[in-house]
Amino acid sequence: MNLSDIAFRNLLRRKSKAAFILAGLVVGVATVVAVISFTRTMTHDINTKLEKFGANILIVPRTDNLTLSYGGISLGGISFDVQPLRQSELQKISTIKNAANVAAIGPMVLGMVTIEAKPAAMAGIDFSVSHILKPWWRIEGQVPGADGLLAGSEAARILGLTLGQEVTVNGRPMQVAGLLAPSGSQDDQLIFASLTTAQEVLNKSGQISIVEVAALCHNCPVDDMVVQIAEKLPSAKVMAIQQVVKGRMETLAHFQRFSIGLSIVVVLIGGIVVLVTLMGSVKERTEEIGVFRAVGFRRSHVMRIIFLEAGAISLLAGLLGYALGAGGIWAGLHLFDAEATPSLHPDPLLFIGAIVLAMVVGLVASAYPAAMAARLDPNQALKTL
Amino acid sequence: MRFIECENITRIYGSGESAVQAVEGMSFGIDPGEFVAVMGESGSGKSTLLSILGAMNTPTQGRYRVDDIDVYALGPEQRADFRSEYLGFVFQSFHLIPYLSVLENVMLPLAAKALPRSGKKALAMEALSRMGMEKKAKRLPHEISGGEMERTAIARAIVNQPPILLADEPTGNLDSRNAKVVMELFGQLHQGGTTIIMVTHSAGCAQCAQRVLRVSDGRLANGEHLRLAAHG
Repeated sequence: MNLSDIAFRNLLRRKSKAAFILAGLVVGVATVVAVISFTRTMTHDINTKLEKFGANILIVPRTDNLTLSYGGISLGGISFDVQPLRQSELQKISTIKNAANVAAIGPMVLGMVTIEAKPAAMAGIDFSVSHILKPWWRIEGQVPGADGLLAGSEAARILGLTLGQEVTVNGRPMQVAGLLAPSGSQDDQLIFASLTTAQEVLNKSGQISIVEVAALCHNCPVDDMVVQIAEKLPSAKVMAIQQVVKGRMETLAHFQRFSIGLSIVVVLIGGIVVLVTLMGSVKERTEEIGVFRAVGFRRSHVMRIIFLEAGAISLLAGLLGYALGAGGIWAGLHLFDAEATPSLHPDPLLFIGAIVLAMVVGLVASAYPAAMAARLDPNQALKTL
Repeated sequence: MRFIECENITRIYGSGESAVQAVEGMSFGIDPGEFVAVMGESGSGKSTLLSILGAMNTPTQGRYRVDDIDVYALGPEQRADFRSEYLGFVFQSFHLIPYLSVLENVMLPLAAKALPRSGKKALAMEALSRMGMEKKAKRLPHEISGGEMERTAIARAIVNQPPILLADEPTGNLDSRNAKVVMELFGQLHQGGTTIIMVTHSAGCAQCAQRVLRVSDGRLANGEHLRLAAHG
């Protein structure tokens, strides 16, 4: 038998007290784990949605007038009369410091055309990167080739375009190769053609109206990239599309701060539960501790017994707290947000953190009771002597 | 120089007008292997004296030496080591740990020692065997009789093989048959060379000792201090 045997036997004997201490710590640890898991999951969810958003940086010619919105997001000013961007300049984007974070560059030329004597807005784009920049697109038919068109749902309805229809665009014969399903965006109003074709039709050879850039967004430095691109393209205005995301992230940050505050309070309460319960336990065990001291236990031996007991409970509390916190959040998110189905993966760092937190709280809270036990006068403890 | 020496030991509880002098100027010596009984009325100071001899109650005045060690000049941790090395305690109410088995209770003084588990167990079983308790080693304290509890307590006190055994009313909670058994065991330990200091009310038990120290109102009533002076 050694000191740990005494500690564990005592825990088994005083099950209700051990369970009470365990519950206090488990609630504290589970709360912290739940808060961290929730905020991480939601942050991951937002980042994923941001990535699905497609383009998150827009480059437009620098101008002071003519407000335009695109995709419900303010683009700042665009004027077709100002000096347009040159397609040849776009290569400079690949030379920025964070070029590795650039997933796709989508140049676009915009202009008015006449289709079968009706006016329409045409956008020339690089269809090879449209799946990255516009992942929400659903195309009926095919992605157009050199003489093909892709009609937005509203444009097709108003112009009476059907799949495979031959039309004349600014006098050039073209075919409707594909129709876009309604997306609720500005794209519904446009007629899309390949960039080169549109430049020819619009007589804007080598000119670009807007450049959409998709940056890999999980932890990507979008703001830094905006600055870097702006330095490379001084004649352009570079903007990050992240107002909505920023709003959500700020809300999440507020929640995170509140939750951390709440967690600290819960953990403190857990610590106080450990402290008070162990103090009561030490008082109950006065006689027993007196025997320990009488048979030759040092003060440090008595403290070690108390710390072993608190440490064992804390370790268990860390395991259970992590399981309860992470499991509770997983179940809660699936129960209340089934559509979002946020992903929740076991986090080894959070698991270790939960154990460490429980151990630290348990051992710190047990320090005073342990010192109290060690300071017990064996003569007073054994009143019969 | 005697094995145990108490020189002008005084213990006062409290201070000022409420001060109580439990032990006053006691001086005596005990030789190695001696069996000494301490007798006196309740409140005479014999239990205080035993706690001082047990290195658990610092005297207000005087010096207590064992084997030339000034016990109360030691720090608290060194005094714990002294108790572990030199003393075995037998308490009146046994003070067995209720959640430990008989064997584990006997192993208790060895728990903090750097011995292999098997070695500790062997020592404890040997002590239990000397007390005739080896068959009840796995029982919990509430599963054995009062006499068996006393024998377990004695086994715990001797498992370290300490040179001094301190006993506080060891037969106080026992019937006459068990009391006789306990005193026979004390006799065997005495024969084996253990120094025994036993506080008792029982004249019959005191007869088993070689010498009786009579305590009255905190003082030695039979002039032991003079004998110590003669030795010196």
